[in-house]
Amino acid sequence: MIKFLLMVNKQGQTRLSKYYEQVDIEKRPSLETDVVKRCLSRKKEECSFVEYKDFRLVYRQYAALFIVVGISDTENELSIYELVHNFVEVLDKYFSRVKSKLFFLSSQSELDIMFNLDKVHIIIDEIIQNGHIVETNKNRILAPLLALDKMAEAH
Amino acid sequence: MSDVVEKTLSALPSLLSLDSQAGAGKLSPSSKLGNLIKGITELTSKHEEERLIKKELESIKEQVASPNTTMRQMKEIMVRAIYCEMLGYQASFSYIHAIKLAQQGSVLEKRVGYLAVSLFLNETDEFLLLLVNTVLKDLQSTNLIEVCMALTVVSQMFPKDMIPAILPVVEEKLTHPKEIIRRKAVLALYKFYLIAPNQVQHIHSKFRKALCDKDPGVMTASLHIYLQLIKENPESYKDLTGSMVTILRQVVGGKLPLDFNYHSVPAPWLQIQLLRILAYLGKEDQGTSEMMYDVLEESLRRAEMNHNITYAILFECVKTIYTVHPKSQLLEKAAECIGNFVLSPKINLKYLGLKALTYVVQQDANLALPHQMTIIECLDHSDVIIKRETLELLFRITNAQNVTVIVEKMLEFLRLTYNVWFIQTMNSVFSLGGDVMQPDIPNNFLRLLAEGVDNVEDRQLRLFAVDSYVSLLQGETAKLPQRFLQVISWVLGEYSYLREEESDPGSVMRLLARLLDQRHTSTETRSWVLGAMTKLCSSPVYSGSLNTVLRQKAQELMILSQDTKLRARVLPAEDSSLSFLDGYVSEALAAGAAPYKSPHQRQEDLVQEKALSLEPYGLSLPVSLSSCSITDRRSPTLLSMSSGLSGNSTELSHQEGSTTLKLEGVKRVWGKDGYLAQQQSAGETPTPLVELPSPLLSPQSPPSQTQKPSSGLEPDQEKRQLASSLFVGLGSHNSVCLVRFPSTVWLFIKHCQSANQSNVVKALFKPLPLLLPVPLTVSTGDYGKMWLSFSHDLKQNLQLVTTEHQEPLTATLDALKGKLHLHVVDIIGSEGIVACRLLQGPGQGQPCLLHCRVHADSLAVWLRSPVPELPDSLLYHCQKALTET
Repeated sequence: MIKFLLMVNKQGQTRLSKYYEQVDIEKRPSLETDVVKRCLSRKKEECSFVEYKDFRLVYRQYAALFIVVGISDTENELSIYELVHNFVEVLDKYFSRVKSKLFFLSSQSELDIMFNLDKVHIIIDEIIQNGHIVETNKNRILAPLLALDKMAEAH
Repeated sequence: MSDVVEKTLSALPSLLSLDSQAGAGKLSPSSKLGNLIKGITELTSKHEEERLIKKELESIKEQVASPNTTMRQMKEIMVRAIYCEMLGYQASFSYIHAIKLAQQGSVLEKRVGYLAVSLFLNETDEFLLLLVNTVLKDLQSTNLIEVCMALTVVSQMFPKDMIPAILPVVEEKLTHPKEIIRRKAVLALYKFYLIAPNQVQHIHSKFRKALCDKDPGVMTASLHIYLQLIKENPESYKDLTGSMVTILRQVVGGKLPLDFNYHSVPAPWLQIQLLRILAYLGKEDQGTSEMMYDVLEESLRRAEMNHNITYAILFECVKTIYTVHPKSQLLEKAAECIGNFVLSPKINLKYLGLKALTYVVQQDANLALPHQMTIIECLDHSDVIIKRETLELLFRITNAQNVTVIVEKMLEFLRLTYNVWFIQTMNSVFSLGGDVMQPDIPNNFLRLLAEGVDNVEDRQLRLFAVDSYVSLLQGETAKLPQRFLQVISWVLGEYSYLREEESDPGSVMRLLARLLDQRHTSTETRSWVLGAMTKLCSSPVYSGSLNTVLRQKAQELMILSQDTKLRARVLPAEDSSLSFLDGYVSEALAAGAAPYKSPHQRQEDLVQEKALSLEPYGLSLPVSLSSCSITDRRSPTLLSMSSGLSGNSTELSHQEGSTTLKLEGVKRVWGKDGYLAQQQSAGETPTPLVELPSPLLSPQSPPSQTQKPSSGLEPDQEKRQLASSLFVGLGSHNSVCLVRFPSTVWLFIKHCQSANQSNVVKALFKPLPLLLPVPLTVSTGDYGKMWLSFSHDLKQNLQLVTTEHQEPLTATLDALKGKLHLHVVDIIGSEGIVACRLLQGPGQGQPCLLHCRVHADSLAVWLRSPVPELPDSLLYHCQKALTET
């Protein structure tokens, strides 16, 4: 079960957060600081999984951004690690339609996320619901968002 | 702010024009959202953040209140509000406007409205009720995108009581021609099932329909419901096993459309989900399990590609194989698979391998054996997470023989990681485990405290221990076990100075004095307390204290420790003859009571009983004992006991031997300048002043107190020794205690709490194997003389070892020689004579002779020794060695 998903930059600032378990808004920043500190302090040769309180963190770095997922003890860490990559590939597919380069290797990814916070959320909503993985087929993940874009353009 | 962001910001206009081309919405950097984002990326302090967001919230408040704000603007405002909340600032005034946006906005605006609702509100929020009508309207919309987003929000959150209002509409969607609608409808029903299972009870048949849907996405969605249902009640869904197996076979066989692949692996997350379902279905059910063996094997076989995701599937597959009713062939393959994980140079795979191993050793502890060396390496891994996982694994294979080494490893880890928690846990361990605890545990604990450089962290740890003990002693001490009190005394004696002036320096002394005065404190503990007090009063804090009472006590102690006669009068508890009880004792003896045996004697009896028993000794041989000596027994417990009492040994030296404190033979380890241990040669060890009631530390105990790990030891050899002590007992017999518990440390608590369950107690407190034979080289003539002089003998038939090239007798004796280090003196025809002696143990140095003769198909063995229990235990090991061959 997935408890939360965070996107943070190298400075540890949250750029996106989505919680699947109730956490008070006031408590989120300190939780995030704590979580990020643990992941950022890890070395490259160390494994991508960290224990944190009664759950585990799976993190993955893409250029300037870190994606951290909090999961329960029973979850399969490696499958989440790859889910993160699948998510990134979806973002890539969406954002690099016009820009020729790979989205996540570019230094602008952080700003792209920030300027499109709502869309990234819409994508995440297609992939994860109630802490479960509900869709991993890239075309199907993007379908609703692409339809929305099309309608907005026609407007 | 990062350079990258800064550079990018300067290039913003062009970036944004690209974005607009992408149809990603038109944002100008001068827009309010653009400004906010720019502001956020430029933040350098919390203070600045607060100012920025407060200002932003004011601006949002103003805008939402204005009647002129369009829905389009409202959409942007919502994103800004999402930012504020993301940074931890509540924007509750905007919630109602999010709902309004979902009601009134055009499609994209509506979606952002729903999104904001799902981010802002939680499931119990009353605001959600305001959403019901909007959702109902959108569900019935002719615009599929609107239906979609309504279903999405419903499957994220919906007021429980309002489910009936929309349930028929959602149900209807299960037959919608578009797969995405059907899929989202199933997910919405799953949500209903999660929050109100009874509301959807009547549509279980529709779930089955979804499971059989021609679209794989709809089927996948229905698995979420089934995983939940089967987990809760596997019995009712056994009939689905066939379908699940078929689905998995099709997925694994690549029957899904290609866009379900992830890096050429077909729908990996779906596979994982199915494997989990199969695990629930097949658990403890042979019939059901048999249905899935083939597909499980196929999953193992198919997942050959070298990609993380295939390993993720393999991991799940191994877990399932070890959860369902076992099939040996499959278990073997799965175990092989784990090997690939553990040996992988990729750290993430290693982690998963350890996790898988931890899971499977619960079924079969022997599975850890092939990976001993890797496990040892992981134990010293620079990555704490790997270390932690390894300890978890070791915890699962804890048995009677390796418990000491494993516990020690855990303590080491804990001390390094979680100071405060470590002390607290050890406190409960000591309080609960009390006096039945193997003395190694308090000894190791004290050693861990004493070890290490004197850095800030160590000091904090000690200080925390001191503080926690002081508060413990301030409470009720009657229930604290003696051994814990001893630990407390030692720590207080050593480290009270860390408390410094902040507290009353006399408080520790008074607490210790109170302990001394209490009747339940044992003599042994008293001497520990005295030791601590002596240490304390030699410190200037007390002997020069302004507190007169304390000063007096300190001086008294110092004088008392030098004046025996005075001490005998002041502390009459030392009356060891207990002459006033003589009458009572003789009366009791006359009435048939057993004569008194000293603890020393009883201990000896106990050890002998142990040696006589046929209880398995585990792996027995040299390795296990020598590795024990790595567990350096010169623990601070012992050292400081002597130290406490010999603190003033310069002054005492002229009257050595005359004091009741029995300072004879005590090595001076503390001098005026502190600890003198480094001046000792490794061979000299302080004799424990206080005899601990333990087979390990009492004088007749075998494990050497003098052996230190040889510094010249090859690291590899050290590892091997460690391995042998960690994995001892995992071989033929199963004294493994498979206590299932989530966290390593619970080992202690669990063991201590269940101290009445004899097997667990045995696991913790059983002495180490004693037998350690070495070859005894004698001539045939000497052998004959010895044979005649030995009185204790034993005859038994053993099985013969048969090989192709050797005579059965030679082969069998060779096997014994190799395994048990026996000396084959001579072989004459069908007879052979063998000799050995014990290196350690109750019959240390004593010989044991074997006379072997081939008789029909077996080997008739006659053992003789001057020590009664030796033939018996050697015979046991011979039997064991031969069975293993």
